[in-house]
Amino acid sequence: MLHKTLVAFLALALLAPLAPGFAADAPVPPRQKWSFSGPFGVYDQAQLQRGFKVYREVCATCHSLSLVSFRNLGQPGALGYTEAQVRQIASEYQVKDGPNEQGEMFERPGRPADRFPPAPRFPTGTPPDLSVIAKARTYERGFPWFVFDAITQYQEQGVDYMVAYLTGFEDAPPAGVTIPQGLYYNKYFPGFATSMPKPMQLYTNGVTYEDGTPTTPEQYAKDVAAFLMWAAEPHLVARKRIGFQVMVFLVVFAGLLYFTKKRVWSKVKVPA
Amino acid sequence: MSGQPTYQPKNAIMKWIERRLPIGSLIYSSFVVYPTPRNLNYWWTFGGILTFLLMVQIVTGIVLAMHYTPHVDHAFNSVEHIMRDVNYGWLLRYVHANGASMFFLAAYIHMFRGMYYGSYKEPRELLWILGVILLLLMIVTGFMGYVLPWGQMSFWAATVITNLFSAIPGVGDAIVTWLWGGYAVGNPTLNRFYALHYLLPFVIAGVVGLHIWALHVVGQNNPTGIEPKSEQDTVPFTPYATIKDLFLMIVFCIVFAWFVFYMPNYLGHPDNYIPANPAVTPPHIVPEWYYLPFYAILRAIPDKLLGVLALVASIGILALLPWLDTSRVRSANYRPLYRQFFWIFVLVCIGLGWLGAKPAEGGYVIAARILTAYYFIHFLVILPLLGMFEKTKPLPNSISESILSPARAGTAS
Repeated sequence: MLHKTLVAFLALALLAPLAPGFAADAPVPPRQKWSFSGPFGVYDQAQLQRGFKVYREVCATCHSLSLVSFRNLGQPGALGYTEAQVRQIASEYQVKDGPNEQGEMFERPGRPADRFPPAPRFPTGTPPDLSVIAKARTYERGFPWFVFDAITQYQEQGVDYMVAYLTGFEDAPPAGVTIPQGLYYNKYFPGFATSMPKPMQLYTNGVTYEDGTPTTPEQYAKDVAAFLMWAAEPHLVARKRIGFQVMVFLVVFAGLLYFTKKRVWSKVKVPA
Repeated sequence: MSGQPTYQPKNAIMKWIERRLPIGSLIYSSFVVYPTPRNLNYWWTFGGILTFLLMVQIVTGIVLAMHYTPHVDHAFNSVEHIMRDVNYGWLLRYVHANGASMFFLAAYIHMFRGMYYGSYKEPRELLWILGVILLLLMIVTGFMGYVLPWGQMSFWAATVITNLFSAIPGVGDAIVTWLWGGYAVGNPTLNRFYALHYLLPFVIAGVVGLHIWALHVVGQNNPTGIEPKSEQDTVPFTPYATIKDLFLMIVFCIVFAWFVFYMPNYLGHPDNYIPANPAVTPPHIVPEWYYLPFYAILRAIPDKLLGVLALVASIGILALLPWLDTSRVRSANYRPLYRQFFWIFVLVCIGLGWLGAKPAEGGYVIAARILTAYYFIHFLVILPLLGMFEKTKPLPNSISESILSPARAGTAS
């Protein structure tokens, strides 16, 4: 009986995707390899530095990073910059401060304690802030994949989607897809019409890499997505490291408790 | 139970206290010599796990409250401040957010255990009803907590759920305005949700006290569903139950830690990392996973008022369970038919949960309607009739007999 019910449920679950409303519109973003995935994941410092460069030279034209401070760049598990390098990077930005003694706001070079300055305002609406964007984007995994994800710890849907999105711009939409005026075609964007124009620098070797990494759109997209993952989750490395210590402790403790429990109960006969 | 040893304070301080406030005796009789059925299985450890989780939520919650700002302009950023700048703030927040999920997971296991073994039956009706009240308080508390980060899902969940009250004829709109403290979900709403989210866990702790009190009056049910008859049927709470509870609590913590450290956002919704924006409605507004079965029931009914009534009834009907189940036999181990209907009911609840996450259209709505109907039929038709027609297996004479000659006892699950 139980088995029959299970079969009926599985059948229902498998047939459900055929129900109307499950219109699979966009292709599934390809799965990328990330240094920070899995229980021992750490950020790749060189990749974060490259991603930061892409952000600075391309994304920052329109997108702010308002929750991140310059000092964060030099924190443990971050981009690996020294204090002097962080100071140097901060000073390359102009930060609004004030009011001064005359009651005026003024601009001064940034300091490590400052946050990244806001992006310019647009009359058509503010592009999203990128501080937590890596955790704010995803794509539908669907049953049964989301169940397996809990076991395999696959939780990089956000960055996978961002790589797909950044490389998914095409100049002309395919036949049958019409893009409204002022919007742009992207094959991975839900509904295909996105308000962000194609980031041309990413498609034309627009950012130079000093470490010899290939300057392909995919590489740029991966690097900047990794950087934004760090921006969204700056304590990821510490979290996973502490997590492993906690896990080892809990497993050993549980093992000891199991044998203690067995010993305590050894004189009491219990159901098999 | 008579004949159990009483607390004899040994040192002068404890003697002095004991004469004035016999708290030592209370703890001794409730948590040391308190007799527990010797055949309890691991499904009976979730009460202890829930108490532990409540304490975790209160402790992490109080520290989070020290760094959080309940204002529409600052709430989202103050949560990010906790995540980025507060020492181990990320740990506190992830423990608290995933702790809510673990709390509901443990509570649902605890409830299904009660249903399987008939733990709600005479004389444990009040104990069960206190549990239903706890579930209701948890639902309200969890919902308000989810609103506090003031992300997109926070805002829209608050809007959708508070709007349910507008279904009440006549006074509905006035009630909604009163709940909001304005004409839309806004700063007054966030402020009162914060105040109530801080208050309600202590109400929960109080009701947990009543729940444990009621439990210790009537004693624990057990897998056979028959009451302990002699001292042979029980073992003292300490060390037997304490070590067993502690072991499974740590095993449960491994699952908990898996989510906290390795996939802290798996159980959340990505849209809640987008700051609340009243001008943009998310394509699919979904509650946290633990509300999904109830959400599916709400949306299965095409009429708003009836949908809300079905939602309320789906929880309220649990309080009537002691009287809807007419069988004299408690444990499903001796009720072959009920056992099968129990597992169907579990699958129906999981199915409703899955449908609650799907858009309310097409085949999903039809499936949700079928399962919603079944949910109520289980309580209103199947349980009353089963008690009348089911042929139950013979019960053992005592708990110790069921252990010593298991051939006569029903096989577990």
